[in-house]
Amino acid sequence: MTDATGFSAWRDKLWQAAVAGDEFAAADVALAALDHRIPVETLLLEIVAPVQARVGLEWEADRITVAQEHTVTAINERVLAALAHHPVARRTAAAARHAGRIAVACIDGEWHAMPARILAEVLRLRGWRVDYLGAQVPTPHLIAHLHRTVYDVVALSTSIPARLPAAHAAITACQATGTPVIVGGAAFGPDGRYARLLGADAWAPDGRAAADRLAAAPLPRPTASRQAADDLPHLDDQEYTLVSRSAGRLVREIMSGLPERVPAMAGYSEQQHRHTAEDVAHIVDFLAAALYVDDPGLFTRFLTWTTGVLTARGVPAGALLPALDLLGGLLEDFPRATALIRRGHDAVRAASAQAPPRRPPP
Amino acid sequence: MWRGAPYPVLMVDASGVIAQANDAALVLLPGAVPGALLADAAPAWLSLAHTRVLDPAASPARGPIGPGTYEARPVPAADVVTWWLTDATDLEHATRSLRVERERTAFLDQASSELLSSLNLDRCMEVTARLAARHLADAALVILPPARRRHPVAYCGPDGVVVHEELAIDAGAVPGLAEALRGYPPLPSRWIDPGAAPGWLAREGFGEVGSLVVSALPGHGVPAGALVLLRGSGHAGFSEGEEVFARLFAARAGAAMAAARLYAEQTGITETLMRELLPPRGRDLHGVEVAARYRPSEHTARVGGDFYDLHPPAEPGQESLVVLGDVAGKGLEAAVLTGKIRHTLHALLPLAGDHQRVLELLNGVLLTGADRTRFVTLVLASVLRAGGRVRLRLTSAGHAPPLIVRGDGRVEEARTRGTLIGMLESITSVTDTVVLEPGETCLLFTDGITEAVGGPLGDEMFGEERLLDELRQCGGMPPEAIAERVEMLSAQWVGDGDHDDMAVIAITAPRGAHLSAVGGHGRGRFTA
Repeated sequence: MTDATGFSAWRDKLWQAAVAGDEFAAADVALAALDHRIPVETLLLEIVAPVQARVGLEWEADRITVAQEHTVTAINERVLAALAHHPVARRTAAAARHAGRIAVACIDGEWHAMPARILAEVLRLRGWRVDYLGAQVPTPHLIAHLHRTVYDVVALSTSIPARLPAAHAAITACQATGTPVIVGGAAFGPDGRYARLLGADAWAPDGRAAADRLAAAPLPRPTASRQAADDLPHLDDQEYTLVSRSAGRLVREIMSGLPERVPAMAGYSEQQHRHTAEDVAHIVDFLAAALYVDDPGLFTRFLTWTTGVLTARGVPAGALLPALDLLGGLLEDFPRATALIRRGHDAVRAASAQAPPRRPPP
Repeated sequence: MWRGAPYPVLMVDASGVIAQANDAALVLLPGAVPGALLADAAPAWLSLAHTRVLDPAASPARGPIGPGTYEARPVPAADVVTWWLTDATDLEHATRSLRVERERTAFLDQASSELLSSLNLDRCMEVTARLAARHLADAALVILPPARRRHPVAYCGPDGVVVHEELAIDAGAVPGLAEALRGYPPLPSRWIDPGAAPGWLAREGFGEVGSLVVSALPGHGVPAGALVLLRGSGHAGFSEGEEVFARLFAARAGAAMAAARLYAEQTGITETLMRELLPPRGRDLHGVEVAARYRPSEHTARVGGDFYDLHPPAEPGQESLVVLGDVAGKGLEAAVLTGKIRHTLHALLPLAGDHQRVLELLNGVLLTGADRTRFVTLVLASVLRAGGRVRLRLTSAGHAPPLIVRGDGRVEEARTRGTLIGMLESITSVTDTVVLEPGETCLLFTDGITEAVGGPLGDEMFGEERLLDELRQCGGMPPEAIAERVEMLSAQWVGDGDHDDMAVIAITAPRGAHLSAVGGHGRGRFTA
């Protein structure tokens, strides 16, 4: 079970234990893997991390509930805590050459802490002195921390593209204290394009790549101080500012216009109304983020993903189109937003054509 | 006619022989008589310009003649070029001064922005040493007043690498250093013998020290330290202008370092005081799983008016006490009152068997306080594991009653209520007893959760109904997962808006296995 393909058997066992909320069985899997001489780092990166990644995929496909999603995460966290104190992990960390001092944190608004937590453990194993600051770290807390302690580098994680403006603020604030920043997480785009756009000093697609990058050469300390807006001249048109500031009003106007265009809404339960409002709010958030980074891909990827999620739950994704139309009507004086919404329209149509509902609507 | 012209004029033929020179030219270049070679009579830059006369990029030429600087403009004719020379000494001087001034301004600007961006003393020392070594000298040292008889020192050599050290040095051994560390006016560098520099100043590999400047780093009223600049013997010494400029830089660096020192002192004090006020971590309370989450309202504060405490039993087999409360007001002032309440409750632990009695005593303490406008709502939860189950005695004092998440997803409100504490002379309370089966959870929370304002429309309250709805999907979840879920939902509800303090505690009857005992010391697991 220790060859490269054999990890899938370990992953399955850990998944089964975690999804059942059985910490006892989950710990057994982790300890048995160590008994099979799987190095701790491999265990973290090839078994625990993929199990955590599977949570999102299973939720998307509507195969697990939100409760199970949180349960798997909680069990995985307990496994990590147990591994961190295991003698094998302590011996590995003690034997590694001192690599430097790093703070690992999630951007404000980012609750998916596991990737950052796994990176923190991997870096510890590789000889870093790690301060793990956890999920959802407000930027002022992060900066106060950097004033108290001199770090060689800060690692920031976020998986939610809508948090990119917050990520940008955190990156520039860290750099302004003279600390270089490595970023990671799905939010930065498949090839890390937003990491470059937002001026991060380095980007890594996963924990191993991040640890390797940091081991390869120290990141130079940023010297020239810059303002967040310097990276993004397109923000001068104020479209991002106006859309994000009036998000609540936009959602309310779309919600009042929708029933006319979607007759089925007359029969919606209160909960269905609430979910629709939340979906609309996400559309506005992602539109704002796409305006911020000036990339239609951010918006279309989100809509394609949403279409998949809705389809998996038997909700016709075509209902997104009237919402986009209403949004487009409200923002018709905004050329960049208008173009984004048109691209979004095409993306929803293409995705709904590809993915017919797996289940009939209830 | 041009013979008497006030500017030197030379006529030179294509082969570089001077054809004619006017009086002014002969005063400036006495050898420039007709028939002489331009190369012999004039500086090399002029004869070079003559060979490139047709190259427009090379015109006008400029260079030194004697003590001055001249500009030479050619007027080419058939086979003779007439060179008109004008005195550009003042222009040259002004241009050079302007360039130096611009460089200095740019440097001070860069130094200021780098220094101002950090409130960390080590980092300020590092920036100061690095910038000084790169722009003002070959190597630089920042030396702080001694702490425990050792001077913190940052050294930057010609390679640009900064080294931090703590050195037991005799400041008196370097002329001017002891004075600079006390903030006295600087000694001119010409008074300092660079040969006398000790080894920790003139480091191995630096070579012979040619000149040395010592400046005070003036702080806010007290000297922040000293800056020592070194140049190698191959380089020019420090001019008076450069010394003045070094002091300008030192003034900025000193102010930044003094600010960083003050910040470090203040945060040190705050940390120490805050440690008492920070909420404890969630943990296992004698076989009962507990997870707690806390999110203070102000982004810059780490404590607020919500608080909780977890008190394990004095002896095994007795009840643990969990407290969660909310003081009126927020920020540090509220946090200080939470500290007082937590201490009082800690002292009352032996009486925890009688919640009403504990609340009465706390009420009395708060009523005698100077600040009568402050009151608190709280929940007391006495927790005891009995076999696989957990028995809870729950008492609310003006606080939202705890919610019980059953295994099948039903959510019940504990039947407890009572008067808030710190307002009225006499208080009443009703205690409820609840039993949790394995996997079931009791949730304590503050109104920061239910009163969070936001949502998709931006102005709705999260509300208890929504909380109940969400908890119905949380049956059987581990306590960390429930606490995280609740905090996440209300924080996401708020989005980037303002929110009150939020605190959540989940108390869960374990589902049998116990991971926390697995780890460093073999498999110390137990099953219920």
